[in-house]
Amino acid sequence: MSNQSRVMTFSICRFDPENGKPRFMQNFELDIAKVKGTMLLSALELIKETQDPTLSFRRSCGEGVCGSDGMNINGRNGLACITKLHDLPERVILQPLSGFPIIRDLIVDMTPFFTQYEKVKPYLQNNTPPPATERLQSPEERAKLDGLYECILCACCTSACPSYWWNPDKFIGPAGLLGAYRFIADSRDTETPARLEALKDPYSAFRCRTIMNCADVCPKGLNPAEAIAKIRREMLHQTE
Amino acid sequence: MNQIQFDAVIVGAGGAGLRAALQLAQSNYKVAVISKVYPTRSHTVSAQGGIAASLGNVVEDHWEWHMYDTINGSDYLGDQEAIEYMCREAPASVIELEHMGLPFSRLDNGKIYQRAFGGHTQNYGGEPTRRTCSAADRTGHAMVHTLFQKNIEAKTHFYSEWYAIDLVKNNQGGVAGLVAMSIETGELVFFKSRATILATGGAGRIYATTSNAYINTGDGLGMVLRAGLPLEDMEFWQFHPTGIAGVGCLITEGVRGEGGYLLNGKGERFMERYSPHLKDLDCRDVVARSMVMEILAGNGAGPDKDHVLLKIDHMGADLIRQRLPGIRELSLTFANIDPIKDPIPVMPTCHYMMGGIPTNINAQVLTQDNEGRERIVPGLYAAGECACVSVHGANRLGTNSLLDLIVFGRAAGLHLEKALREGIGDTSYDPEELDRINARLGRWESSNNTEDPAIIRREMRETMQNSFGVFRDQKYMEPGLKKLQELAQRLQHAQLKDKSKVFNTTRIEMLELDNLMDIAVATAVCANERKESRGAHSRYDYPERDDKNFLNHSLYFQDGRLGTRPVNQTPKYVPPFRLKDREESL
Repeated sequence: MSNQSRVMTFSICRFDPENGKPRFMQNFELDIAKVKGTMLLSALELIKETQDPTLSFRRSCGEGVCGSDGMNINGRNGLACITKLHDLPERVILQPLSGFPIIRDLIVDMTPFFTQYEKVKPYLQNNTPPPATERLQSPEERAKLDGLYECILCACCTSACPSYWWNPDKFIGPAGLLGAYRFIADSRDTETPARLEALKDPYSAFRCRTIMNCADVCPKGLNPAEAIAKIRREMLHQTE
Repeated sequence: MNQIQFDAVIVGAGGAGLRAALQLAQSNYKVAVISKVYPTRSHTVSAQGGIAASLGNVVEDHWEWHMYDTINGSDYLGDQEAIEYMCREAPASVIELEHMGLPFSRLDNGKIYQRAFGGHTQNYGGEPTRRTCSAADRTGHAMVHTLFQKNIEAKTHFYSEWYAIDLVKNNQGGVAGLVAMSIETGELVFFKSRATILATGGAGRIYATTSNAYINTGDGLGMVLRAGLPLEDMEFWQFHPTGIAGVGCLITEGVRGEGGYLLNGKGERFMERYSPHLKDLDCRDVVARSMVMEILAGNGAGPDKDHVLLKIDHMGADLIRQRLPGIRELSLTFANIDPIKDPIPVMPTCHYMMGGIPTNINAQVLTQDNEGRERIVPGLYAAGECACVSVHGANRLGTNSLLDLIVFGRAAGLHLEKALREGIGDTSYDPEELDRINARLGRWESSNNTEDPAIIRREMRETMQNSFGVFRDQKYMEPGLKKLQELAQRLQHAQLKDKSKVFNTTRIEMLELDNLMDIAVATAVCANERKESRGAHSRYDYPERDDKNFLNHSLYFQDGRLGTRPVNQTPKYVPPFRLKDREESL
């Protein structure tokens, strides 16, 4: 697959902690007809290969399932590997995901993100001994996990969330809460009361102000805000 | 160089590494998992269709039937003892994943949903069966996340974004750990360990067109070769029939399992001609070859007649949305095609490495001494795609790879746990090893080097694509090998254009290219040597399988030494499956 000839300008945030300089924006011009592949990631690969080998970004699967290459593309978080060059204007501004410390160029420190994820105990807990065969789950019960289990932990949502920017240490953030609800919604998990209890403080879940940036940017089309609303609803049911 | 002492170090955090880690985390040993990416970025995440196990949830099934299909699919190069072990362990392994929380799709009775897949049959070669347990078409994603989650619960110690560079040997021919680099800081650390498990996955990036992630660079295989240990069966690479044409990313075989089929440019179901019995659900090597033959015969689709079409619209929008949502998303994104309405343009894409690091069924790495005697390498294990145990032989069946990861990741963990308890582990190491590793790292620092690694990488991938693809012939493979050897020489003088320490991806890519090059050369040497056609290794100049001369595994050492290993034909619980011609066995 190839692109029609079009010279695009990629204005990319540069930061190298080893040279002591503050961040700056650097422009790279590229005729995208030379890019093999139709996605933004392929253009970045070619810039790195032919113009500046020091340009740094993460990538792995190249097809939108591993969540490595989340970045801010013209003001909106997304995955470079499934963002079509064709859909972008001539000038593309690339910034690292906001809300996380920058390590270098487009690479941010993901540790705070995974720390919040781990807080919700994102694993199935079942206090009954496992049967010899599978635990049964009806197709309807299983369908409740759709829209939840597909999260790829790319952090596009959490990074777009103003509530997370204000309280990155105390608010779990949309991705972590989507993960929490994935287990609350699972008919095989027996720890819903404890899970809800753990989220009852004023920060963990309640800092969500339904700004909805999370659902807006999710590259997998998931809706963390809805999952957060459902967590709150379950808490109400519990107190009734 | 800093040293940290562990009981076990696992390299790689895909299905095999995470499964082994989980086994060991539940013991009280000090275990580290080193991964060059965050665990959920590992390539297992891309697996779509499912995991094979004879649960019999839809139709009657038995592990012996699964074993037969796997042996037949392997074109009789698979080791029967290992295949027996895998197929017997399959149902329990899948149930275990379900108990861990893997969100499998369900049947109306609440059991795990199973779909059809290529080469899997009922009753020893009968009608297609439904053996593939799936979570929609995102089974690998569901698996790697579930295992990652369980490892969070088990408090496994992860070194994410650490790059494993080389094994460190001791003076007794064993392995005393490895040197790895923090990608974030550039710091080198010697992970001194009583045992090391390699679970570094595949190396499909040696080809220009591949379904594999950027990270699939065969790092564990390069490490093993540099340690003087062999690789096995490197000539066997699986080309998955249905990569999106011109892109390479994968459309699961589960699409055909759910009723999709291939059409040529004239709208004919050409697989009916090539494989009257299993048709579109024949083994991957057969389907990929048929597609290429169809295109070479001028029956391709599209303006350049350079691909074929995968039709699924007849399944109906609801079923596609429910069972194949991921492939619909991929084909909308990468081919601008909505499969609910139009067929997807597809072409074979390099997908899976059947060969790898030779191991026994405990995942212990094997080598051969100078007299050709088989020896276990103390302190070293390998599991998953990087290993060759060999359950896939010359051609892997779809959905046997996720099974391989789980079964042999677990086997490695189980065996190592016991070995640690019994007190294995020589803590001595050869200090010269660290000098050797430093010298290798320093080799590209010289400013006299002029070769551009990006150009070398591109030429290597194109050479592999053109000379070692679906069909092979000496007249392409011989010059191909020569070209690769020349590229390997040039790589010695490649220029590292970024010498910084912090998150230097250019340095990592050079180290990866070093591994890829070793693997490409190994593939080329073994492919030239195997003068027959078997499974995925299909030659114009030797079109027949030759059991008399080639019914054995090939071994390749980096110093040029070659060897063979006999194929195991002694399963423990059933009589051996006799050699057959694959077509007559169906």
